Amino acid sequence: MTRLADYVAVRELTVNLTLRELRGKYKRSLLGWTWSLLNPLSAALIFSLVFSFFLKIEPPVGDPSGLHNFAAFLLCGLLAWNFLSSAINEGMEALVGNGNLIKKVFFPREVLVVATIAALLVSFLIELAVLVGVLVVLGNMAIPWVPVLLLLVVIQTVFVLGIALVLSVLNVYFRDLRHLMSIVLQALFYSAPIVYPLRFVPEHATLLGVELPLKFLYRLNPLVRLIGAYRDVLYNLRFPDVVDLAYVGAWAVGSIVVGLWVFGRLEGRLAEEV
Amino acid sequence: MTVGGSTPRDLARADAVITVSDVSKRFRLYHERNQSLKAAFMRGRRASYEEFWALRDVSLEVPEGATFGLIGENGSGKTTLLKCIGKILRPDKGSISSRGKISALLELGAGFHPELSGRENVYLNGSILGLSKRALDRRFDEIVDFAGLEQFIDTPVKSYSSGMYVRLGFSVAINVDPDILLIDEILAVGDADFQRKCFEKFDDLKARGKTIVLVSHTLGSVRNLCDQVALLEHGELRRVGPSAAVIDEYLGDVFADREEDADQGMRWGSGEARIERIEVLGAAGAPVKRVHTGDTVVFRMHYAASVPIERPVFGMALHTIEGVHVTGPNTRDADLVPDRIVGTGHVDLRVERLLVVPGTYDVSATLYNYTMAHPYDHRHRALRFDIEHGEPRDRLGVVSLGGEWDLDGVCTGPDSATDARAGR
Repeated sequence: MTRLADYVAVRELTVNLTLRELRGKYKRSLLGWTWSLLNPLSAALIFSLVFSFFLKIEPPVGDPSGLHNFAAFLLCGLLAWNFLSSAINEGMEALVGNGNLIKKVFFPREVLVVATIAALLVSFLIELAVLVGVLVVLGNMAIPWVPVLLLLVVIQTVFVLGIALVLSVLNVYFRDLRHLMSIVLQALFYSAPIVYPLRFVPEHATLLGVELPLKFLYRLNPLVRLIGAYRDVLYNLRFPDVVDLAYVGAWAVGSIVVGLWVFGRLEGRLAEEV
Repeated sequence: MTVGGSTPRDLARADAVITVSDVSKRFRLYHERNQSLKAAFMRGRRASYEEFWALRDVSLEVPEGATFGLIGENGSGKTTLLKCIGKILRPDKGSISSRGKISALLELGAGFHPELSGRENVYLNGSILGLSKRALDRRFDEIVDFAGLEQFIDTPVKSYSSGMYVRLGFSVAINVDPDILLIDEILAVGDADFQRKCFEKFDDLKARGKTIVLVSHTLGSVRNLCDQVALLEHGELRRVGPSAAVIDEYLGDVFADREEDADQGMRWGSGEARIERIEVLGAAGAPVKRVHTGDTVVFRMHYAASVPIERPVFGMALHTIEGVHVTGPNTRDADLVPDRIVGTGHVDLRVERLLVVPGTYDVSATLYNYTMAHPYDHRHRALRFDIEHGEPRDRLGVVSLGGEWDLDGVCTGPDSATDARAGR
């Protein structure tokens, strides 16, 4: 309860630190804010070239939207992935990067992580707005689906915030965590249907003579269902599976609960260890 | 232990605004610099470390409206205690309770972003220190004015000089207007003019009944500013009480320690003759525990020459702790060069009135040949000692010229000119 009161009291601090992140990030760079759009666009271009042109992966036809466009298909999943991976990468550094502040001033330390995620969320929302615009131009009327899209964004934000809280504080104690996480992120990227359609994943697979229910295991990954939900809303123009939503929502709640608990346990000696 | 001594404003009756009870704080000293998952995995456990108690069972109370000093040698735990009070560190044992809004000034401009403008950083730093946007809007002009940065407020702070940076940081911090202000060694920022403004601001806070806790090595300012002082030694509380009494006791100890520890500072020279010892003596030639501005002081250097030295030149120098060379008299400039020295002896430099403002100073002693090109022994900043408040009462700058004020020319009204002399 006091923790909640803290959050209210430091709301302005959170806003100011978020603004610091946002202003600091693109200041003195040639293209400024355009960078945050250029990155996903260039990624879309590269992946489209490789997967659609070289590897000849056919994007699925939007059901019921009828959209058939690899770049659009890709971006519907890729933006959410970018938010997740940058939240992990930057959230992890939120405490270590502000070590000097932690050593010198008292304020609830969670704010640093929250502000980092909030700044990334702002970029993510701008990217999504541009994507919705592009989809409309391509004939996919995604605007009525924006409320559902925002629900997904909320769920994902809670999910990544929990992860970032845990990683930020662990990173103080284990400074090589980022190396481990870069491997984990690479594996995660291909573990979800971002650059390939879900239909490429077979129902069953045999590994070392043991038959595995591959698709079932694959779908245990909350990222698979989250990306699927984004694609339903933006590409297919369809309400996502409610079970999937509940599953991802449960992961988000679990993540934030564990995140706050771990953070609370380990923040006591932050000013000494950071 | 509770604070008991009465002070000019009789603070003992006031309620405690900070209560520190049996606080202990333990630090871990890791054997390797950076801990890593890899190392933990290879070893099967986390890094090994030694424990070190920075504070042990410290209890004290700070009365409301007091200006409270924490003093002690380096490593005595005073900054650790300050950080515990400021909730930056969490004590391992005991508890600290406090009433009201705390602001800790441990570093000026902490959290400034170099790419952002002064204006943006004022708002950012202010909110880190706990000021609301509305309060900042109200005080913005005052903050900028205090820092003297009107012209540069929309320039990114990375192009600020370090002085400007610190002034802006201080200005924001001091305008947070907390109930309890914690200060760590930041009294020595900026130029003399800015320092004067800072001290005025402290006086203003004191007058408004705010509580200030400060850590400082500058005993002169502690004595001036503080009503009460706590002396820490190796993490334990030695004494709490009225500032003058505690500081005197502390200086007595330190002085004794420093006489013995004459091997500090740098030393060079060929060594045919050596300066064995440097002493600070009183008017009567006896060792003194304390030196005040205006006192008669004798600096005595004991030498030992293993071979006869022709026409040696003895010299002495006084440096402030910040390194300002205050003075450097020598026997050649005074036209007092002995033909030769043999064996042991001593040379005195008698200063009738030590017109140096209060503070901590280092003494150097030198023994050179006549051309001053060849050092036999140069003991650079070999002895450190404190000069305390005396007469004249000047405290700004480095030296006092012993001037006397004359207010005869002051006019306070149509009636009399004598009011000016009597009234203030």
